Amino acid sequence: MNMINLKINGTPVTVPEGTTILDAARQASIDIPTLCYLRDINEIGACRMCVVEIKGSPKLNAACVYPVTEGMEVITNSKRIFEARKMNLELLLSNHKRECLSCVRSGSCELQKLCHDYGVEDEGRFDGMTTPSTIDDSAIHMIRDNSKCILCRRCTSVCDKLQDAAVIGTNGRGFVTHIGSAFDAPLNNVACVSCGQCITACPTGALRERDDTDKVWAALADPEKRVIVQTAPATRAALGEAFGMPIGTNVEGKMVAALHRMGFDDVFDTDFSADLTIVEEANELVERIKNGGKLPLITSCSPGWINYCEQYYPDMLENLSSCKSPQQMFGAIAKSWYAEKLGIAPENIYMVSIMPCTAKKFEIKRDHQSANGVPDVDVALTTRELSRMIKRAGIDFNSLPDEKFDDPLGVSTGAAVIFGATGGVMEAALRTAAEWITGDPGAPVEFVDVRGTDGVKEATYKVGDLTLNVAIASGLKNAKQVLEAVKKGEKDYQFIEIMACPGGCVNGGGQPIQPGSVRNNVDIRALRAKALYTQDANMPLRKSHDNPVIKEIYDSYLEKPGSHRAHELLHTEYAARPIYK
Amino acid sequence: MSTKACCSACVGTEEQDKKLHEAISALQGEHSLVQVLQAAQEIYGYLPERVIDTIAKELGVSSETVYEVATFYSQFKFNPKGRYAISVCLGTACYVKGAGDIYEKIKEKLQIDDGQTTPDGKFSIDACRCVGACGLAPVMSINDNVYGNLTVDMIDGILDKCQ
Repeated sequence: MNMINLKINGTPVTVPEGTTILDAARQASIDIPTLCYLRDINEIGACRMCVVEIKGSPKLNAACVYPVTEGMEVITNSKRIFEARKMNLELLLSNHKRECLSCVRSGSCELQKLCHDYGVEDEGRFDGMTTPSTIDDSAIHMIRDNSKCILCRRCTSVCDKLQDAAVIGTNGRGFVTHIGSAFDAPLNNVACVSCGQCITACPTGALRERDDTDKVWAALADPEKRVIVQTAPATRAALGEAFGMPIGTNVEGKMVAALHRMGFDDVFDTDFSADLTIVEEANELVERIKNGGKLPLITSCSPGWINYCEQYYPDMLENLSSCKSPQQMFGAIAKSWYAEKLGIAPENIYMVSIMPCTAKKFEIKRDHQSANGVPDVDVALTTRELSRMIKRAGIDFNSLPDEKFDDPLGVSTGAAVIFGATGGVMEAALRTAAEWITGDPGAPVEFVDVRGTDGVKEATYKVGDLTLNVAIASGLKNAKQVLEAVKKGEKDYQFIEIMACPGGCVNGGGQPIQPGSVRNNVDIRALRAKALYTQDANMPLRKSHDNPVIKEIYDSYLEKPGSHRAHELLHTEYAARPIYK
Repeated sequence: MSTKACCSACVGTEEQDKKLHEAISALQGEHSLVQVLQAAQEIYGYLPERVIDTIAKELGVSSETVYEVATFYSQFKFNPKGRYAISVCLGTACYVKGAGDIYEKIKEKLQIDDGQTTPDGKFSIDACRCVGACGLAPVMSINDNVYGNLTVDMIDGILDKCQ
């Protein structure tokens, strides 16, 4: 590899050929601000925040897309640069709805931070005409307010390059340029998969989840309701970030303590129903293999993936597991088995879920998700919404003691907690399937080939007489690659795990937002996943079918995996939805 | 074969659809989108929603990927032209002689915006840049007829004659 020598602010730096000035500067401990830049996703040099001086060049250049050359001398901190960056910010503000006091992103807004850093004092310096815009609140899961959009294209790049949907793009030209869909159709009328990756990519408050926290406050204040909360595996690996903790801190105990203090009647764990999902899904896999059913079996936990499959791969709906997601299974059990146990009507249970996901808001309103005559889940909150509730409740999260989930639906195994990372569902299912197929309780627990943040992973396992070819994809562009290989007959898999979000649920669209400056330099997915794998390794039970409460529910209520009652409560249906009119 | 469109969703004849399909096949290639859009507009006169969807499907991209490119270029139209297609010159000479007022007056009278067509299909309006008749500024054209030395007061009379 050719190495290039250059100087940045007088400091000599040696970097490989092809490195950008932005990355070379980092090696010299120099931080160049960015706004539109997302590594590998949005490298368009549009926002001009990262402008630097290059000796011999009369103009300022964008460091994020400018490759270094031998002998180059770069200045990143001159008065001229500061003034240019400041004016760029002032121009952005001239077309930006400045309601920073109430904006959901106040405090985590990248534009706001840069305005502070560069001493923007007159927010209205260039006030004049603003681009006409509307608020699109048509989607169940999110709201778009283009009056706060700075046209960085991070959302559209994510939608296209990571998620293969490209349902949003840059419409029009010049002053009327705006983010929208074909013929400016509302989001609920296009093939959006509700993954929310655009929200976590947005540097400002232009994109946000729909806030459902008021519904939960109302339920908590209603003496007639038994308010039950379940928390998804990935939430505990990220919630701490909203309270200033390092990425990858597992805050399960504090999260449970906070939920207790907010007044939830039962603080339960979606990990319980993740175990239940594995028992049902491993059974489905074994049945399909034994009875010549449709293969490969593809997981159905990720509602963003389900939305994608229904719209983009309707010919593969039969491959989908009929299992509901853990969120929905949890609600179905809470409003049937647990309601009967308590002797209360399912209508009087208010089921709240805390999810790393925006598509979960869509999922609760799907057809065939109301097992006991009432919706399985009443409201799905994102991790971000939970963090806001905790703050509003006046709970000092960081000083909370660790508390344990309540019994009985807070009991879970290590197989469940890894659901939050890409490959986790696959590994959990393999743990159970291996033991069931071989009948050997000493069958392996760890399947490390399926771990890691690679977008596509493959492995082959010999289980008894059976050879299992498996694949794991996270991010829908990667899912497409796997599905196309299957359709073309290039690959012969028996089991595929697909998660809509890159890295799995730990990097879900409902998780605390990390700014571009962090995303570009730290693998958030790996750090959060590590928290979950560490928890798994330290748990006494690591196979879903060993969960004692699950055993009890099958013995006393569901009979056996795949039973008639299990199908009524825990399984669902899918429907094709064409993407072109 | 029907030649009459009943609404914007089902606009286009089988013959037009066949031509579009042939054009896309002939132009198939990674960078052919703008050419395909030009061909489609040539065939249909404008780019209805269904045609955008067809192009997207045949090129294997999303409808928005086609739409965002189409909306970038002013040459592409998303509404059918009216029987009386009005084009108001907003070039420099016409503009300084008051073409902006003429343009606003027509939009107000017809209750439509730039690039749109009245619901009865009678009038459509576009702004254009110089028709080469600067000496007659401000100028507009309705179909093939050019009207020069316009004043706002003349608009009602001119449009009323369009029957």
